[in-house]
Amino acid sequence: MNKAKRSNRMQNAPPIAFAHVGKSFDGGRGAERVLAVDDVSLEVGKGEFLCIVGGSGSGKTTLLRLANRLIDADTGEVRIEGEDVRAADPVALRRRIGYVFQSGGLFPHMSVGANIGITPKLLNLPAPEIASRVDELLDLVRLDRALHGNRFPHELSGGQRQRVGVARALAARPKIVLMDEPFGALDPLTRDALGDDYRALHRKLELTTVMITHDMTEAILLADRIAVMRAGRLLAQGTAAELSQSQDSYVIELLRTPRRQTERLNILLPQDGAA
Amino acid sequence: MNLFSDPRWGEALAHLPDYLGSHVRVSVAALALGLAVSLPLAIVARNRPVMRGALLGLASIVQTVPGLALLALFYPLLLALASVSLKWFGFGFSAFGFLPAVLALALYSMLPVLRNTITGLNGVEPSILEAAQGVGMTELQSLVSVELPLALPVMMAGIRTAAVWVIGTATLSTPIGQTSLGNYIFAGLQTQNWVFVLFGCIAAALLALAVDQLLALIEIGIRARSRARAGLGGLGIAALVAATLVPSVAGTSAYVVGAKTFAEQYVLSALMAQRLRAAGLSATAREGLGSNVIYQALVNGDIDVYVDYSGTLWVNQFHVSEIKPRAELLAELKTMLAKQGVTLLGELGFENAYALVMPRKRAEALHIRTIADLAAQAPTMSIAADYEFFSRPEWESLRQAYGLKFRAQRQMQPDFMYAAVASGEVDVIAGYTSDGLIAKYDLVALGDPRQAIPPYDAIVLLAPKRAQDPALRSALQPLIGRIDIADMREANLRAAGGNDASSPEAVARWLWDKIAKP
Repeated sequence: MNKAKRSNRMQNAPPIAFAHVGKSFDGGRGAERVLAVDDVSLEVGKGEFLCIVGGSGSGKTTLLRLANRLIDADTGEVRIEGEDVRAADPVALRRRIGYVFQSGGLFPHMSVGANIGITPKLLNLPAPEIASRVDELLDLVRLDRALHGNRFPHELSGGQRQRVGVARALAARPKIVLMDEPFGALDPLTRDALGDDYRALHRKLELTTVMITHDMTEAILLADRIAVMRAGRLLAQGTAAELSQSQDSYVIELLRTPRRQTERLNILLPQDGAA
Repeated sequence: MNLFSDPRWGEALAHLPDYLGSHVRVSVAALALGLAVSLPLAIVARNRPVMRGALLGLASIVQTVPGLALLALFYPLLLALASVSLKWFGFGFSAFGFLPAVLALALYSMLPVLRNTITGLNGVEPSILEAAQGVGMTELQSLVSVELPLALPVMMAGIRTAAVWVIGTATLSTPIGQTSLGNYIFAGLQTQNWVFVLFGCIAAALLALAVDQLLALIEIGIRARSRARAGLGGLGIAALVAATLVPSVAGTSAYVVGAKTFAEQYVLSALMAQRLRAAGLSATAREGLGSNVIYQALVNGDIDVYVDYSGTLWVNQFHVSEIKPRAELLAELKTMLAKQGVTLLGELGFENAYALVMPRKRAEALHIRTIADLAAQAPTMSIAADYEFFSRPEWESLRQAYGLKFRAQRQMQPDFMYAAVASGEVDVIAGYTSDGLIAKYDLVALGDPRQAIPPYDAIVLLAPKRAQDPALRSALQPLIGRIDIADMREANLRAAGGNDASSPEAVARWLWDKIAKP
């Protein structure tokens, strides 16, 4: 009874919820402690694609790491599917949350297949099951099974490496995926293609995704909702349309770039009236 | 004669399975022990700066201790441990040979393994470590499946260095009783058998190269992620170890005859081993043992019999400073030895004492007949001696008795002293009375009217466990009292001949023919 109640509550709870979370770091010898995340409250709904936008040092990566306990919060509360992460075993928690690292974070001494299958292997899944799962994931991220499965990370292009990074994050069928500037280092074309592909996967697999980016245009194009951070504080959150109504000078500044780009592009690129 | 048609190559080759096998075994055991200690230590210490600094510092200090000294230090250490363990736990162990060699060499191997393991592990990129954590690895899983594999090439480089060091340094384990390729080198240096010296050096170098290349194959295999190459290297190492294990399992012999590190000892041990074999007993020689090691080895039963000199035991082993007349000293020594269970079987018939030696013509010209005559002219002269003489009590005793004071003192390899004094490079040397070179260079041993130097009768000693062994006694009895100083000098001269008739075995056979004649 109790258990059923609990699982019911968990089903209705948001996949990720930050409540008044704070985290500070030692600033080094003699320096004051640096407040990386300052009293942030933020919820990510089921199936939602949230982008956190901010400059470097805004605390966005710290906030993401608090969600799967790569670091622990000093104050406040982080809940994953209703459960306080402090009560969870960090290793088990990380195995059920997908994480895509900034530079791919692939293990250079493991083949693409072994990289993708690592979390299922840690969960002690039988080898044949892992192998078929790896093939399935290669298809999913549009890599060639035969061509890429046995290669090593250094033999892949940057875009291919990030596709492997996405496949690895999805391997253990997580419901939540955290992405730390996954496409930041890619050329614009690859970045666009990967963004679209991931967005499609997000919908198809009914994922809840939190993605970090410093690029407002990317956030507007991919996300359902955008959170803006600066100096550890959450300045604003909402859809792109909602943000455009914001009076905050930093949010206005962030939105100016995509706006100006759109205007310039509209002028420079002839409109294809036939389409 | 062609260098390679020298029969001593064949003789050297005959020893190879035994020497090489022992060498590989002691090296592999030391390296395995070194790795078993260093790897966990490096893993634990890598994130602890204080511990890391202390460890690397200690390992560096060990590295500055000369290999020979490090090996020699482990012998008394283990001896003390063994007696403590016998007293407290009721069992002892042999502090001779294998164990001290393995421990000292393992210690020697630690620095490159520690340093490279720590460097390799700390060189793994933080983003990779974070990824390992992020995909849900525990600390142990991250270490085993990410950090160690990535650090492995650097670690292997350290292991290769350690292997080469250990194989090279293992040649120095001969004086503490561990058979190794060093047996060739020590025996060769003492008997002027350059074929042996060369053979030992080449064999040790080839072994080190082979092991290094096999480990390199493993390292390259790891770097290129080629299991075939890494496997091939591993297989090669395994084959090498297996091949050297086979012959050693075969024969362990009943009697072990010990010998110190100079030519006379090699000849006498060969002679005793030959007599034992002639009596139908199986015997091997354990040669090149340090002067301080050999007596303890006898007391502990690691060797069964060897020849020592009364004055050496009197002064070095029993630390008696009073010098007594010959017969009295021998009688007292016999009781002192008996207290430790050692049997003094008898005197061989000659004395190998220290003596101050100079060219006969020069001595006559200067009217020097005794050390007392020498003392007056000594301040204008130089003296040379072996490495230990000037720190021995005999030197102190000589100086006090005669008020000796030389212009200069030099230490040199005993084999070179005689030529040095004959050529006038030094004026006087502290030589050995049984040395054949005294006759060869027409030198004279100066008299010692004040008896400052104790008598050095060559005596045969038996281990406590052989005290009541009629077969051993009767096999060696024919040697007692039969070797006079002239025979021993000639034997020593032959042993220093540097030709194919100068191997200790051949000289021992010659000596036996000489003394066995009625």
